[in-house]
Amino acid sequence: MTRLWQLAKLIRSKNAGPFELTFDVIFKDRASYERVRDAGVISEEWFARTYRIAPETVSVIAYDAANAIKITIPRPVASGDVGDGDVFGGQQYGPLVELEVPD
Amino acid sequence: MGEIRILSATGILGSGFREDSLRRAMALGPDFIGADAGSTDPGPYYLGSGESQFSDSACKRDLRLMLLAGRTAGIPVIVGSAGTGGTDVQLARLAGIAREIAREEKLSFRLALIHSEQDRDYLKRRLREGRIKPLANAPALDERVIERSSHIVGMCGIEPYIEALRNGAQVILAGRSSDTSIFAALPVMRGFNPATVWHAAKILECGAACVVLRKYPDCMFATVTDEFFVVEPPNPEYRCDPASVASHNLYENATPYELVEPSGVLDTRGARYEAVSERAVRVSGSSFRPAARYTVKLEGAELAGYQSLVIGAVRDPLILRQLDSWIAGLVGAARERIAAVFGAGIETRYRLDVRVFGRNAAMGPLEPETSIGHEVGVLLQVTAESQELARALAKSVSHIAVHYPVPEWTGLITSIAFPYSPAELDRGACYRFNLNHVVEPDSPLEMFRIEYEDLR
Repeated sequence: MTRLWQLAKLIRSKNAGPFELTFDVIFKDRASYERVRDAGVISEEWFARTYRIAPETVSVIAYDAANAIKITIPRPVASGDVGDGDVFGGQQYGPLVELEVPD
Repeated sequence: MGEIRILSATGILGSGFREDSLRRAMALGPDFIGADAGSTDPGPYYLGSGESQFSDSACKRDLRLMLLAGRTAGIPVIVGSAGTGGTDVQLARLAGIAREIAREEKLSFRLALIHSEQDRDYLKRRLREGRIKPLANAPALDERVIERSSHIVGMCGIEPYIEALRNGAQVILAGRSSDTSIFAALPVMRGFNPATVWHAAKILECGAACVVLRKYPDCMFATVTDEFFVVEPPNPEYRCDPASVASHNLYENATPYELVEPSGVLDTRGARYEAVSERAVRVSGSSFRPAARYTVKLEGAELAGYQSLVIGAVRDPLILRQLDSWIAGLVGAARERIAAVFGAGIETRYRLDVRVFGRNAAMGPLEPETSIGHEVGVLLQVTAESQELARALAKSVSHIAVHYPVPEWTGLITSIAFPYSPAELDRGACYRFNLNHVVEPDSPLEMFRIEYEDLR
């Protein structure tokens, strides 16, 4: 079984403004990108289940120009508000790193 | 007039760039030098308080080199989103730094200051007229929100910059600004194709962020024509490739295909990224759709309270195996103690949050993993209307926490390890972002007052 990090050159998360979080998975090459994209491994449903949020709040975009998949969700707490634990939104991608990709 | 050359000094003023990179870039004959100086990224504190993310010394170092280079070459220097939040007080601070540099270096120039801080009465009127609209995931807005904000700024587009340039400004310092407008204003004023200009501006606004491996902040350079632009880092240690440039559209943006600006939308669906050398990339094919209605994005921050923190570590395996009930128990006991000291009415005047490091401190409710290791860090956070009250409450919380029992042990235990004496740390004022809205003004200039000053 392959893990997502083995196919990616970068997996990151970051604020997209104070009220949204965005995740980028940038693949090492076209083949790895198409393999993950076409297997539907990173779907709205998978993301919603893993992050425990409503599927209709998840946006998944395949971005061919950079061999990348982008996911955007609303922030549970606005950046830096009382109760937020990650002002930059930079450490929210952990569960993506070891995601299993079927061979 | 076939091309315009743009130098982006750095991704954010105060983060730095190599002097040698600036020198190499200046040798390429740029038409102007730009730099962004702000962001909402480091959180609401900077907009709320008027403090800046970077020190005056760090901003002065970067701005001095930019002004010296700009005045020597006789080209404009444009800085937007002064002082992180782009409020009037932060703009005034950066203007003061610019005046100091002018005096020390004996520079003469016409300075324009574009004010982005918004008048409360103006915003209330626009709200009543239905001309303030929410963006995605926006908090609720009414006149009380406008009233209690410590600062509200509008994100200016290219038009105030163009106005200042037409009035002879050689150096422009702006309050809050769209990052790209800093770089798009002069090229659009000179009549270049908005599609290539806006896309180049998006790539340039983060300085060297679009290189293959960015080891430290630095300059970036683009040559823009009506059909394409070429981006190439002036630092010989850096290189761009098509993937690194295309990837930059992903950064801090909900979609890589659209970038919304006050005057329209950059659409990169048709963009092509081609290597023209080992280090340079040519980009073409984007389009720019003018907006039917001009909009200015608002950012606001209000005081959320003052905080005192208690930080400790828990190592006892018996506590760790019932961590949730232990924490719930100590929070309940702390609340009881606080009510006993301050009266029952205190309940509505503070907030107690617990964050467990080693379990879900980074992700909170989004965390799917439930296991913990052999120890956890516990952050007990009190938020109240004054620092004095927050500290007083935190003293009660820390004393309850340090001896809070588990049923397995009889006798008094000490259940949490504090690394500090006193255990309570004052964190100061804490702010929250309270706006994610756009205004529909009558004109692109009406929200942005411009001041001119001739320095000599």
